[in-house]
Amino acid sequence: MNDTSSTKTYYIVYFALLSLTLLTCALSFVPQVGWHATVGLGIASVKAGLIAVFFMHILTADRLPWLTLLAGILWFSILLGLTLADYLTRASLSY
Amino acid sequence: MANSHAATHWHHFDDLEHQQQATLFGMWIFLATEILIFGGIFTGYTVYRIAYVADFEVASRQLNLWIGGINTLVLLTSSLTMVLAIHAIRQGRSHSSALHLLLTAALGTTFLAFKAVEYYLDYRENLVPLFAFNPAEWAALNVRPEHVQLFLIFYYFLTGLHAIHLLIGIAVVLILAWMMHRDHFSAEYHSPIESWGLYWHFIDVVWVFLLPLLYLIGSRAT
Repeated sequence: MNDTSSTKTYYIVYFALLSLTLLTCALSFVPQVGWHATVGLGIASVKAGLIAVFFMHILTADRLPWLTLLAGILWFSILLGLTLADYLTRASLSY
Repeated sequence: MANSHAATHWHHFDDLEHQQQATLFGMWIFLATEILIFGGIFTGYTVYRIAYVADFEVASRQLNLWIGGINTLVLLTSSLTMVLAIHAIRQGRSHSSALHLLLTAALGTTFLAFKAVEYYLDYRENLVPLFAFNPAEWAALNVRPEHVQLFLIFYYFLTGLHAIHLLIGIAVVLILAWMMHRDHFSAEYHSPIESWGLYWHFIDVVWVFLLPLLYLIGSRAT
């Protein structure tokens, strides 16, 4: 395996992850606005991306892991997308 | 001892690198199925979250963010120690690697301990549907108790499923640490460490998403 990062890189990414965690917790104390969920998930996605790229080495010469992860995300998007396409377009049905 | 002769590959592979790539590919396929297991529950959660926005936000605010936040930091640290364990064995430093694997397992266990305390505190605060729940106190907050119970059921199932995955991870990491101590791995051959490292990071990523989805969906300003 020739996709090793240096120890320094790992520590930098780690402190970025810690900072983003503190940020996301701090933002939740902002008085009620509409964006809490979106921002929270956005920050979580950035953290997940950092872990995938720097800790899991998803971007290596071997593209199979990358394709596999993409496939998993794609299928989950279909699950979530088509489910919401149903529920969000049920006019005034209460359930 | 395993590192007194060159590691050989299984004969249905061309060479060791081919075998290692296949090992990692297999773990990634498994992780893709795990995305769908948690994804299924996330989808169910999303549907009801959209249906009962206000009630879910009120319920979310009752969760213990101190423990949730600290647990997030603990798990992120365990990902660091795991990646350092892999880094060490890639350089053939098996003692350092074994130590970092033990640290990873210890941090994972710390997470579970805090989680257990958090579940107990949830029980003390009447946040357990069927077992410890007082509908009247939620009606006073202008939310439907049934919707709060629904949120809490998602909370217990999501964090419970995550905890089970973490427990499996801890057991495997301890076994790998023992094997590392017994010189089963080397710089040349250590693919189980690499692939279970991927599993561990995945567990961390799941929790990274659980934190905002369960604890931070509304404002916690008072």
